[in-house]
Amino acid sequence: MAKDITYILVFLGVLMLLALPLGHYMAQVFTGRRTFMSFIIRPFESGLYRLCRVNENEEMSWKQYSLAFLLFNAVGFMVLFLLQIVQGRLPLNPMGFGSVRWDTALNTAISFVTNTNWQAYGGETTMSYLTQMVGLTVQNFVSAAVGMAVALPLIRAFTSKLRNTIGNFWVDMTRSVLYVLLPLSIILAMLLVSQGVVQTFAPSVKAQTIEGTEQVIAVGPVASQVAIKELGSNGGGFFNANSSHPFENPTPFSNFLEMLAILLIPAALPFTFGIMVKNRRQGWAIFAAMMILFLVGLGAAFWAEWQGNPILAQSGLGSSTNMEGKEVRFGIGPSVLWGQVTTVTSNGSVNAMHDSMMPLTGLVFMFNMAIGEVIFGGVGVGLIGMLMYAILAIFLAGLMIGRTPEFLGKKLEAREMIMAVIAVIAPAMASLIFAGIAVAIPTGLSSLNNPGPHGLSEILYAFFSAAGNNGSAFAGLNANTVFYNLATGFVMLVGRSATILPALAIAGSLAMKKSVPSSSATFPTASPLFTVLLIGVVLIVGALTFFPALILGPFLEHLLIFAGRTF
Amino acid sequence: MEKTTPKFWQSKLIKTSIKGSFLRLDPRLLWHNPVMFVVEIVSVITSLISVSNLIYGGPFLFNIHISIWLWFTVLFANFAEALAEGRGKAQAETLRRAQSEAYAKRLLANGQTETIPALSLRKNDMVVVEDNDPIPGDGEIVEGVALVDESAVTGESAPVIREAKGDRTGVTGGTRVLSGRIKVTITANPGETFLDHMISMVESATRQKTPNERALEILLVGLTVLFIVVVGTLAPFGVYTGVKITLPVLVALLVCLMPTTIGGLLPAIGIAGMDRLIQHNVIALSGRAVEAAGDVNVVLLDKTGTITLGNRMATDFIPAAGIKNEELVEAALFASLADETPEGRSIVALAKYRLDRRGRDIKPSPEAKFIPFTAELRMSGISWNGREIRKGAADAVAKFVQERGGVIPESVTAAVDRVAREGGTPLVVVDSTRALGVIYLKDVLKEGIKERLSQLRLLGIHSIMITGDNPLTAAAIAAEAGIDDFVAQARPEEKLKLIRKYQAEGNLVAMIGDGTNDAPALAQADVAVAMNAGTQASREAANMVDLDSNPTKLLDIVEIGKQILMTRGALTTFSVANDVAKYFAIIPAIFVPFFPMLGILNVMRLSTPNSAILSAIIFNAIIIPLLIPLSLRGITYRPMTAMALLWRNLVIYGIGGLILPFIGIKLIDLLIVFLHLA
Repeated sequence: MAKDITYILVFLGVLMLLALPLGHYMAQVFTGRRTFMSFIIRPFESGLYRLCRVNENEEMSWKQYSLAFLLFNAVGFMVLFLLQIVQGRLPLNPMGFGSVRWDTALNTAISFVTNTNWQAYGGETTMSYLTQMVGLTVQNFVSAAVGMAVALPLIRAFTSKLRNTIGNFWVDMTRSVLYVLLPLSIILAMLLVSQGVVQTFAPSVKAQTIEGTEQVIAVGPVASQVAIKELGSNGGGFFNANSSHPFENPTPFSNFLEMLAILLIPAALPFTFGIMVKNRRQGWAIFAAMMILFLVGLGAAFWAEWQGNPILAQSGLGSSTNMEGKEVRFGIGPSVLWGQVTTVTSNGSVNAMHDSMMPLTGLVFMFNMAIGEVIFGGVGVGLIGMLMYAILAIFLAGLMIGRTPEFLGKKLEAREMIMAVIAVIAPAMASLIFAGIAVAIPTGLSSLNNPGPHGLSEILYAFFSAAGNNGSAFAGLNANTVFYNLATGFVMLVGRSATILPALAIAGSLAMKKSVPSSSATFPTASPLFTVLLIGVVLIVGALTFFPALILGPFLEHLLIFAGRTF
Repeated sequence: MEKTTPKFWQSKLIKTSIKGSFLRLDPRLLWHNPVMFVVEIVSVITSLISVSNLIYGGPFLFNIHISIWLWFTVLFANFAEALAEGRGKAQAETLRRAQSEAYAKRLLANGQTETIPALSLRKNDMVVVEDNDPIPGDGEIVEGVALVDESAVTGESAPVIREAKGDRTGVTGGTRVLSGRIKVTITANPGETFLDHMISMVESATRQKTPNERALEILLVGLTVLFIVVVGTLAPFGVYTGVKITLPVLVALLVCLMPTTIGGLLPAIGIAGMDRLIQHNVIALSGRAVEAAGDVNVVLLDKTGTITLGNRMATDFIPAAGIKNEELVEAALFASLADETPEGRSIVALAKYRLDRRGRDIKPSPEAKFIPFTAELRMSGISWNGREIRKGAADAVAKFVQERGGVIPESVTAAVDRVAREGGTPLVVVDSTRALGVIYLKDVLKEGIKERLSQLRLLGIHSIMITGDNPLTAAAIAAEAGIDDFVAQARPEEKLKLIRKYQAEGNLVAMIGDGTNDAPALAQADVAVAMNAGTQASREAANMVDLDSNPTKLLDIVEIGKQILMTRGALTTFSVANDVAKYFAIIPAIFVPFFPMLGILNVMRLSTPNSAILSAIIFNAIIIPLLIPLSLRGITYRPMTAMALLWRNLVIYGIGGLILPFIGIKLIDLLIVFLHLA
């Protein structure tokens, strides 16, 4: 226990040490100032603009920005979909994989474009190297970059006055890739290779086992994909076993690095926000809300795991500690920490099977995703999601002090409320509705491997994961069916667009507003009270929305386990 | 002011409100309130289920119980709205009664007059109003002067002067001319007067929702839709788990989770805010402005009449070197005896007090000649027996003395300078060539204005005084009153510039005005209060009219604006916080029969599943009427900083809202068991 706590403290300490300067660096990048990287990257950047005929000083209205976002994703989707369909006839396919099934291809295309990286397929047995690299890895970069880019208009809107433009989508995205994602993933890939992560174009290796049978060992360009899958909140592994696979995550150090990479950008963005809105304390207030929610969830998960499984104890195993589904290489601490890190950030890569965690741990993980991935959340979109909750919190707080609510000097009115409400409830509703459908129809139930509340948890987990654009799965559900591919695909689209488009609309309307000077009558949003209120709103909205579902799924399973029943 | 406040539990009002709550069940009316509209729909569904259970068999009694309480939920909400509307209308009607029964003398083209009912007057009609006539409608005096009794509208018994040409030309229908003859152009058609406007603001059918109300409603609708999904998907999750949940139980859960408390009281809160304004004798012409009043961060206040009493008052006498104080005071008294200006009267009063002659009347000798104040002379006084006592502005008096070969001594000049430096107005008193001393005239602050201004500061509102005085005087008064900023030697046109400047910085500006030259500034201000006695132009440019013509009203309006928003916020928080307890009542009630271990969620130890569900739905219904007084009165408001206010409201309505239903539901459950209802 003490070891686990020390591990966590060291982890969070290193995270803070890296996130603060990164937040600062990103603020410089996104406000167009020179950074120490500019001398290398700037020529590429301006070259790219010239090549694509983008005028980097031209700003877009929120509608143009949204259109650019939709267009870019539509093209990305089409390319990725077609690539999977025709991969059999394309090069870099040493294993000779054929065309991917249409519904799987559709689901995968949506999944990678929306930065979800839900994988209905096994990577090493389905996708050619070309698909992995040109399709999936490219989307890993650009979908993350899109997520970061779309957060910027909202941030900028707080400081712009009476403007009808919110920035340039192409510039925001290019900068996210060139200045942030690319350098960081090169560094990370190098470090991972040093730890023994595979990076090769050679086909799978065949080995003779001791029993004399032949074993196929899948390899490939793994390190490069793993780096960006962690940094960009993607989570789609090269291998089906994701980061519990020794070629993706060979050592405790690589494990530490990968977790760090998952949280790094999401944890740095609140600081970027604070600097860009010229109110650093505001950045800290949001960061604090995220961190406290993170720690509360982590505490609950650890409590559940340390408590162990009474059935294991009864069966005479000596220890009730539940190691099933966890990598013995990592043990309880890093496995639970990884689970918490990956579910709060919409990353979705795993180093243990969440399905096998204690039910209450599963409940925490589900809650993290169900509330919309706002505890740090995915790169960019996590901050957006938290700001949407902040708008709700400030609306209530503003009313309670007798003023039209205002956030950083901008008045929150009907338009902001519509958009914030949509952003908060639409993904939640989509996940509940489709989970409801899935348990009501035979097609949905036939994918289940476990009956009872555990089965319900599997289905709920799948849809919460899709709605939160997380992508991790509670193994045990065969999601590669037409129904689940289409249903989760739709929910992923809702989860992504119902967060980003309302945020852009709010950015458009905030940018048009005047800024109200603050006074003693203004609710100080850069304060501990704000942090408390924000945490309260996230928890209350989440609890009220998911109480019945989570009670019938993981909570009931927990009670039944302690009553001696298994599923 | 009290006269227009109907008793809260007036039986007639209650009767019409009860009737109104049933009339409002009409879906065409109810859909204005989406939350309650949904409750009505599900009430119909459960009622139908109950009836069909009665016919075809099924759990009738429990379902009809639920249905009844669902209907009560809607009725209670309707009652709140009807009550608020009824109170507002009752107040407006008392104002209107006088108006509608009146007759008017309309001026015809040939100069004759005809007598017609006031209600048939149209805009731009010209009417003549003479002694003891009621004024038939809102209008503007074009000719003549009259003494008007406005007590029917303002409750103020002292009559006021209203005259053509000037800043006091406005008259209100329902008031009465005591003496004088005036010609009035009618400025509003019947049904379009301020009163009519106000009535439509409290009438729920015609009422426009304010921007903030709409924003809040979006949140409530969002929550409603979300909970429909939550409860709707609970059905398949239940089936999967092996529990079939009946529709009435699902409906009960839905209605408990939906923000019915705030949804039901929301219209009443807005209407009651208008009612409170009317109680303060303010007629709001737009709900938006009332809300904006809560956001105001800059107020422009005219010095005269708002911060200071209208006039300067004598506060001290400073004798010249070698002159006895008594001589100066006596001379000042004589010089002011015939001076009917308020300044003059205040000098007389102070002098009599100083000379201790309150009881005796001082009469000047009969041959004395009074010199009235004129703009040319800029002094006034009295002459008799060759004595020429004068008082007036220092330079004018100096000229007077010099013409007679005298000189103003150093001590007087010094006193003049001192008084001016302190923000007062010095009047020099001379007796022919002898300068006797200086009368210290000072602006006197209105009672309580300092406290009001310091409250404004707590609210984060920046107060700015506008005055025609010189900067020195202005600064002294500003410092004394505790005002944040002032604009001295301001001409009326500068108000507009000033408002624009503050608005450009993002501020919301409130001002109060009466004159025609205030109209542009009023039109520009976010919250513009015109005085009822002011000109028609100023009233049209404003978005609120103060019937009492009392400039300090602005502060009341700000408080009412804030109170409306706070009441909404507090009840929303309360409503949402309530949901937690309801989950803990209903979810175990549904599932414990199948999974006894879920009994640990039954933290209230409610007796049976049916009683648990009923208790929750009953609590949900009766909390609405219990909160009606609060929503009509508005939550208690004290000026304090935003942080303190938020903490206070969060604790009371957030934490309180979390805990109270646990207790309430438990008590209702005990009662249900006691009465054997379920």
